[in-house]
Amino acid sequence: MLKPVIGLEVHAQLSTKTKLFCSCSTNHDNVPPNTNVCPLCMGLPGVLPVLNKKAVEYAIKTGIALNCKISSYSKFDRKNYFYPDLPKGYQISQYDLPIAKNGYLELYVDGETKRIRLKRIHLEEDAGKLLHMGVGDRLAESDYSLVDFNRAGIPLIEIVTEPDINSPKEARLFLQELRFIVRYLGISSGDMEKGSLRCDANISIQTEEGILGTRTEIKNINSFYSLEKALEYEIVRQSEILKNGGEIIQETRHWDEKNQRTVSLRGKEEAEDYRYFPEPDLPPLLISESMVEEIKKEIPRLSQERRKYYITTLGLSPQDAEIIVSERELSDFFEETIKIYNNIKNLVNWISGEILNYLNDNKLEFKNLKIEPSKFVKIIEMVDRNEITRPTARDVLRKYLSTQEEPEKIIEKEGLRVVSDFSYLQEVIQRVISDNERAVSDWKKGKKQVINFLVGQVMKETKGRASLDIVKNLLEETLEKL
Amino acid sequence: MKSVKDIKKLYQNKELKVYEVVEHYLKQIEEWEPNIHAFLNVPYKEIEAQLTSLKEEPSDLPLYGIPIAIKDNMLTKGITTTCASKILENFIPPYDATVVKRLKKAGAIIIGKTNLDEFAMGSSTENSAFGVTKNPWDLDRVPGGSSGGSAACVSSGEAPISLGSDTGGSIRLPASFTSVIGLKPTYGLVSRYGLVAFASSLDQIGPFGRRVEDVAEVLQVIAGHDPKDSTSSPYNIPNYLENLGKTVKGWKVGIPKELWQKGVSEEVLKVLEKSFEVLKNLGIETVEISLPSVDYALSVYYIIATSEASSNLARYDGVKYGYRENNTEDLISMYKATRGKGFGSEVKRRIILGTYALSAGYYDAYYLKAAKVRNLIKMEFEEAFKKVDIIVSPTSPILPFKIGEKISDPLQMYLTDIMTIPVNLAGIPAISMPAGFYNSLPVGIQFMGNFFSEDKLLQFAYAYQENIDLSDKFPPLPKKEEK
Repeated sequence: MLKPVIGLEVHAQLSTKTKLFCSCSTNHDNVPPNTNVCPLCMGLPGVLPVLNKKAVEYAIKTGIALNCKISSYSKFDRKNYFYPDLPKGYQISQYDLPIAKNGYLELYVDGETKRIRLKRIHLEEDAGKLLHMGVGDRLAESDYSLVDFNRAGIPLIEIVTEPDINSPKEARLFLQELRFIVRYLGISSGDMEKGSLRCDANISIQTEEGILGTRTEIKNINSFYSLEKALEYEIVRQSEILKNGGEIIQETRHWDEKNQRTVSLRGKEEAEDYRYFPEPDLPPLLISESMVEEIKKEIPRLSQERRKYYITTLGLSPQDAEIIVSERELSDFFEETIKIYNNIKNLVNWISGEILNYLNDNKLEFKNLKIEPSKFVKIIEMVDRNEITRPTARDVLRKYLSTQEEPEKIIEKEGLRVVSDFSYLQEVIQRVISDNERAVSDWKKGKKQVINFLVGQVMKETKGRASLDIVKNLLEETLEKL
Repeated sequence: MKSVKDIKKLYQNKELKVYEVVEHYLKQIEEWEPNIHAFLNVPYKEIEAQLTSLKEEPSDLPLYGIPIAIKDNMLTKGITTTCASKILENFIPPYDATVVKRLKKAGAIIIGKTNLDEFAMGSSTENSAFGVTKNPWDLDRVPGGSSGGSAACVSSGEAPISLGSDTGGSIRLPASFTSVIGLKPTYGLVSRYGLVAFASSLDQIGPFGRRVEDVAEVLQVIAGHDPKDSTSSPYNIPNYLENLGKTVKGWKVGIPKELWQKGVSEEVLKVLEKSFEVLKNLGIETVEISLPSVDYALSVYYIIATSEASSNLARYDGVKYGYRENNTEDLISMYKATRGKGFGSEVKRRIILGTYALSAGYYDAYYLKAAKVRNLIKMEFEEAFKKVDIIVSPTSPILPFKIGEKISDPLQMYLTDIMTIPVNLAGIPAISMPAGFYNSLPVGIQFMGNFFSEDKLLQFAYAYQENIDLSDKFPPLPKKEEK
């Protein structure tokens, strides 16, 4: 069988406050072009880089979380090439001595564990952004282009895998897991749409005899979905060529989102010679063991560990576990809540139902939510004790989330407790029966399902505060007696 | 009025006001400039503004009211900084270099921006896009380079002090050619922030002056850690004036045979004989030493310096600022036309050399090997300084040469720097002192010191100056018809 062999190069923008080598803000897309810039990140003459320590910390943190060996001696190098979005004509990056190397990430693919080895993690600066004006959306086709240097100099980490990935799905799962990790670590927003997480894919087809094929590199992948689609397309394309006795050309290909295909960008003969050499403006980067130990302490339990715990120890279904781990803040909340509430299945239902619906309706992320486990649990427990009805509980929860008013106060103020006053219920039932003679006679004729209509009428009268079961029983009793 | 010391005395005795001193130098500039062209820009308006703001400063600032000329590769906010290149012809910096900031804070007055070889690449100041600077001692000859303007203006008396930059000898060679003092400090002592980079691992800013005290005074102001330059030394700096006048008797001076054996002209050797007499009189013990790897210094230098330059000069691409060739087909042709026309031939030669040395397949043979030999040179100096206090050599193997004499032969031109380049590769400090004249042409002597030993080096130079004081000797102003 022909086997796809895939390696990924992932860039994650670090969420430091300032850029990698100057004190400009990293806010680049909510501000007018060329406002968060200074002589340094615009490449003026005479400027010198000063390394952002936080960015180094973030890179080390990622290295530790991804089981890498952290280098005690690392350095920066210049990668030289000309492009209008690169203000200095070179990018400060790391060549032969990256901050971290030889790590791995474990994935759960179709119920099995698969280890993807990581070659290296290094730190580098981002380039600016080009805005192509006129007809085309690429530099060569446009009338003219504008440069925005707000993004220039924002710290990036580049994570390079070994070619251990063997399917488009694995590639997607890897990238999704990596996204979880950077978000759990709080080092990057991991947002693919906004470009804070970017991915290039190298792919070749291994023959039945195990001989590695020629690889192509796919660029311009903007979502998890397009990563999977681009790789699927490329597998078919390469396999077809091989089947017809053709040869794969080593080249860079561009994922054309609109037409869902990859197109040739440039061949190997046009490959750039980046003329790397050590950055003379920065001293070597020395990373002490104690620094690594300090950073290690800041690393939270990650998505993988939590997912495993939820499934094997707490007995959650894989789907439910996935929902809970999807955000670190949500997972933290879940873990806080199970300390004071032990019906986990019910809790997960509440979270995946009411809370996620609320987030979707309001286009929020969990981390934006103000919710205290104790108050949330109070609401659920009142339902469990039949003190409020489920629909009432949902309304109370939503009100609490949007106003921060104590759930109990909302319930008391609005009189939302379940009506347990029998004489009052009897009264309402009598009224409903006398108001709905037709339904009552239908019931007598044996159309027992009209009971639901009558129950509904009672609930309407009580504004949903009565327990369904009780109302139904009382109604039946009363009707029997007629 | 010859030195900073003299001007300070005049201020102390209230004999002259700052504007009168500035006027004196502006008059000197008016008389000398048509002959030598040391300045690219004398910003009268900004000088006026500096005089006004100085009135509010306390007069005990270390360089209060002292005019200083700045090589035009150091950024001056609001004043064009061209690097003597067409590509930066109209570039007005939005910030001051750290050295400029510190000088202003110390009360100095920036009196002008001086000529240089384009991007500090050259040994004669002939590679300026805006015309050559001439040697005040002989208008047919070069002042040395690349800081030719900064040397010539101090030599002629257009400014009492100036700043230059030294990557392979660019302060010391012109100091020697024009009979002034030029100091290249230890790499990392003076901030490079705001110095337009030529070769980042070699570039260092330093002062020119007529007296050792003046040079020490300027160094005191500009030296010291700068958080904006990650390669600047974090250590506290000593008082550079404290040791001046103290004895150097019994010090050991090393004579590296490799530097004295090769190609030093008879004329230079003749003048330097007197310097050795002086050393003897000072009670100095001279010992022959060997720095075997220095033989490779020129080759190593032209690989490392050009490699770094090829990268440092990539930012001048016509996109953001500076010269751009318009009406080109596409991006690549804009780059080619802009850089083709914006840079002079020596700059282009070095960019091509450096690009080649860093290319895939050549890196190990050139850059990496050069870096290793550089390390050897550094280690040999470290070894030598375990045995001696100072190392001495000629600053230049030859006398100031004629304008045009070497411009078409780069290798001959490069050989002029054979004495000074090892110092930059090692990163140690060195000073060029006037040693005398041969047929009215200046000769200099170079004293090299151990890392961060500028205090000792200046103490030694001062003792030497006490015995050969040429600070009073000015070139004669050429008569009008001689122009």
